[in-house]
Amino acid sequence: MKFNIFRAPDGQSGGSNEPAAASETPAMTASAEPASLTRAPTLGAHASAPLGPIKIAARGVSVFYGDKQALFDVSLDIPDKTVTALIGPSGCGKSTFLRTMNRMNDTIPGCRVTGEIEMDGGDINDRKIDPVLLRAQVGMVFQKPNPFPKTIYENVAYGPKIHGLATSKGELDDIVQKALKRAGLWEEVADRLHSPGTGLSGGQQQRLVIARAIAVEPEVILMDEPCSALDPIATAKIEELIDELRERYCIVIVTHSMAQAARVSQRTAFFHMGKLVETGDTEEIFTNPRERRTLDYITGRFG
Amino acid sequence: MIWIFLLLLIAFSGLAYLGGRRLATRRSAGVRAHSRPGQHGLYALIWVGMPALVVLIAASIFSTPLERQMLAAGAPDSVTQLEPFRREAFFSDARRIGDGLEAQQIWPAPYAEELPAEGRRAHRISSALSWGGGVAALIAAILGGIFVFVRIRPDLRARNRVESWISIALFACSVVAVLTTLGIIFSLVWDSLRFFNSVPITEFLFGTKWSPQMAIRADQIGSSGAFGAVPLFAGTFLIMMIAMMVAGPIGLFSAIYLSEYAGRRTRAVVKPLLEVLAGVPTVVYGFFAALTVGPAFRVFFNTIGGWLVGGPLDGIGQYLLLVQNQMALVAGAVMGIMLIPFVSSLSDDIMNAVPQSLRDGSYAMGATKSETVKRVLLPAALPGIAGAFLLAISRAIGETMIVTMAAGLAAKLTLNPLDTVTTVTVQIVTLLTGDQEFNSPKTLAAFGLGLTLFVVTLLLNIVAMRIVQAYREQYD
Repeated sequence: MKFNIFRAPDGQSGGSNEPAAASETPAMTASAEPASLTRAPTLGAHASAPLGPIKIAARGVSVFYGDKQALFDVSLDIPDKTVTALIGPSGCGKSTFLRTMNRMNDTIPGCRVTGEIEMDGGDINDRKIDPVLLRAQVGMVFQKPNPFPKTIYENVAYGPKIHGLATSKGELDDIVQKALKRAGLWEEVADRLHSPGTGLSGGQQQRLVIARAIAVEPEVILMDEPCSALDPIATAKIEELIDELRERYCIVIVTHSMAQAARVSQRTAFFHMGKLVETGDTEEIFTNPRERRTLDYITGRFG
Repeated sequence: MIWIFLLLLIAFSGLAYLGGRRLATRRSAGVRAHSRPGQHGLYALIWVGMPALVVLIAASIFSTPLERQMLAAGAPDSVTQLEPFRREAFFSDARRIGDGLEAQQIWPAPYAEELPAEGRRAHRISSALSWGGGVAALIAAILGGIFVFVRIRPDLRARNRVESWISIALFACSVVAVLTTLGIIFSLVWDSLRFFNSVPITEFLFGTKWSPQMAIRADQIGSSGAFGAVPLFAGTFLIMMIAMMVAGPIGLFSAIYLSEYAGRRTRAVVKPLLEVLAGVPTVVYGFFAALTVGPAFRVFFNTIGGWLVGGPLDGIGQYLLLVQNQMALVAGAVMGIMLIPFVSSLSDDIMNAVPQSLRDGSYAMGATKSETVKRVLLPAALPGIAGAFLLAISRAIGETMIVTMAAGLAAKLTLNPLDTVTTVTVQIVTLLTGDQEFNSPKTLAAFGLGLTLFVVTLLLNIVAMRIVQAYREQYD
C-alpha cells in the first residue's frame, strides 16, 4: 500500500539517477565565508544512539525568487525518525528550505532551486520525479490551520481519495479513523465526523490538518511554524503529538520559538541571512553552540 | 446670458476665497487661530457661491413659465383670442423675432403687423428676466459675503463648518440617486395600479393569452385584448435558460483558467480582452444575432431538415425546413455570449478570494491542479459562484436589445428553442414605441410588465448580493 517514488517496484534504485545538471555547478556560491563554516558538519560525530539513518540529504541547495537569492548553498542531513528543528530570525530562509523538500516552491512563479536534495538516495529535483507523488510522500503542515471547507471526515479522506489508497468505503473509514487517532483528535471528533472541519478550534484544526497529512502514509512530515497561530494549551498538545509521531516519521519543523525547538527536536539547524550557520544535536546547539551568531540568537540578542 | 452670470459667479467665489484667506490672516495676526486661513477662505467661498447659485438655478427654472405668463398678459386682443396652440405658435415666433431670427410661419394680416412689436416686447421681457435673475444672484452673493466676512475671526471654527458643508453636499448627491429610484418605483406602482384597475392582476399573472389590442370602436373585429403575461414569462425564462447554458459553463471555465492556470502574462492579455467583450453595446450583439447568427442557424436547421424529409423522420424534417431566422435559440445563444465576461469576471474575483492556504494545503497533499480546483476550490467558492450566476440571470431577464432583434414578437407559450418567442422586455418596447395614448390598458400594460420585471430582478439581485457578500466575509 505504501509507495515510495525512489523504491520503484522493479528494483531500480533511485540513487542511480543522474544528478541534475544544475547541481554540478552550484550557482553563485556567493558565500564569503570559508566553506567549512557554511557547510553543515556531517552527522557522524554528534550522532547519538536514537537517531535514525539519513532520510534527506541536501547538498549545496540555493533558492532564487526571480533575481533575489533567498538561500545560499545549504547542505544539511536530516535523519529519519527524528525531529529536526530549523530556527533563525524571520526571512532567514528556513521556510524556503523546508519548501524545497516537497518542491512546494514549484508552485511559486519565478522560483528556481539549484543544488541537490536526496531522499533515500534519489534526487527529488530529478526531472523524472513527479512532484505530485513526491508530496504524497512528504506531507506538510502550514503556519495557519487550513482545513478545507468540507467535513472532518472529508478533510482526512481527501488525500487517500485522490491517491486511490482505499478500495472500499470500509477501508477509507479505517484510514480516516487511524489518521485521526494518530493525530490525537479521534476522541474529540468521533461523534461529529460529518460536521465541517472549519468549525473546530484552532488547535483542533491544526491536528486535523496533521491527520490529513498522515492519512496518505507519508515518510516525512514538514511543519512550517505549526503552533504560531495557537494558544499555549493547544501548542502543548501539538508538541506532544509531534513527539509521538517521531517514532514513525521523519519530521522537520520550522519554529520561531526557541523553547519549542528545545522541547520537541533532537537535531537543530540555525539559519541566518539565507545561510545555514550551524547544525547539531539540539542539546548541544542550545548549551554549547560553536558559532557566535548562534549563541547570540538563542540567547535573544537578536532576531 | 446665464453662462455669463455663472462665470461671474465663479470669479466672485474665487475672489471670496482669496479675500477670506487674507482677512483671516490679518485678523488672526499674533493670535493662535482655530482654523487655517485657507479654511476661512473656503468658508467664504461657500457663503458667496452657494446662495447665488441657488438663486440662479431657481431663476432659470422659473423664468420660462414666468416669461410665458408675461407674454400672454400683455398680448393684444387679436392674439389672445387665438386657439391655444396657435397662440403658442405666435408667441414662439415672437420670441424668435425678438432673438433676431426669422419667423417659422407666415402669419396673416392682423398678426403679421403685431409680430414685430410683440417681438420687441418678448425681447424686453426675456432680457429683463435674465437680468433680474442675475442681479438677484449678485445680491445673494453680496449678502452672503457680508454675512461671512463679518464673521471671520480667529475663533471661528471655519474648518468644522466647511467640513459639515462638504458632508451636506455629498449627502445631497446621494439623496438625488435615492429619490430618483423612489420616483421610478412610485411611477411604476402607480401606473401598474391603473392597469390592474382595468385588467385583474390574476388574469395578468396567470392568463395564458397575450394579445394587447384595444378597440378604437366598440364594434371592431378583435376588439377584446388579452393580457395574460404567462407566455411572456415563459419566453423570458426560455431565453434566460439558453443564455445561462452558454454563459454558465464557458464563463466559469474561463474564470478557472484565468485564476488558476493562466500565467501572469496570459492573464494580463486575456482579462482585458474579456472585459472588452463586456463593453460591446447590446445593440451590436443584437444585429450580430439578427444578421449573422440567425441566418446561419436557419440554414443549418433547414439543411438538416432537407436531409430528413422523405426519410423515417419526415415530420421533424418538415418542421426544420420551416425554421426562421428568429428563434429563442439565437437570442439565447448571443445573450449567453454577452454574459460570458460578466460571469467570468465575477467568478474570477470569487475564486481569487479563496485563500492561497487552501490551495497550498491541497498541493501539499499531492493533489494536481485540476483535483485542487474540483475538490477544494469549487466547493469553497460555490456560494459565491451561485451569486454570480444569479446576477447574470437578472441581467439576462432585463436584457432588451438582443431579444428585440433576434427572438421575434409572437407571444407563444412554448419551450421549443427553435420557435419564435417574445419576452417581457420586448413587449414593453413594442407597447411604448410610436404614438400612444397614455391611458389605454394597452399602454399601461407596459407598466405592469415593468413592475413585474423590476420585482423579479430586485429579488434576484438582493439574494445574489447577500450570497456574494456573506461569502466574502467568510474569508476576510
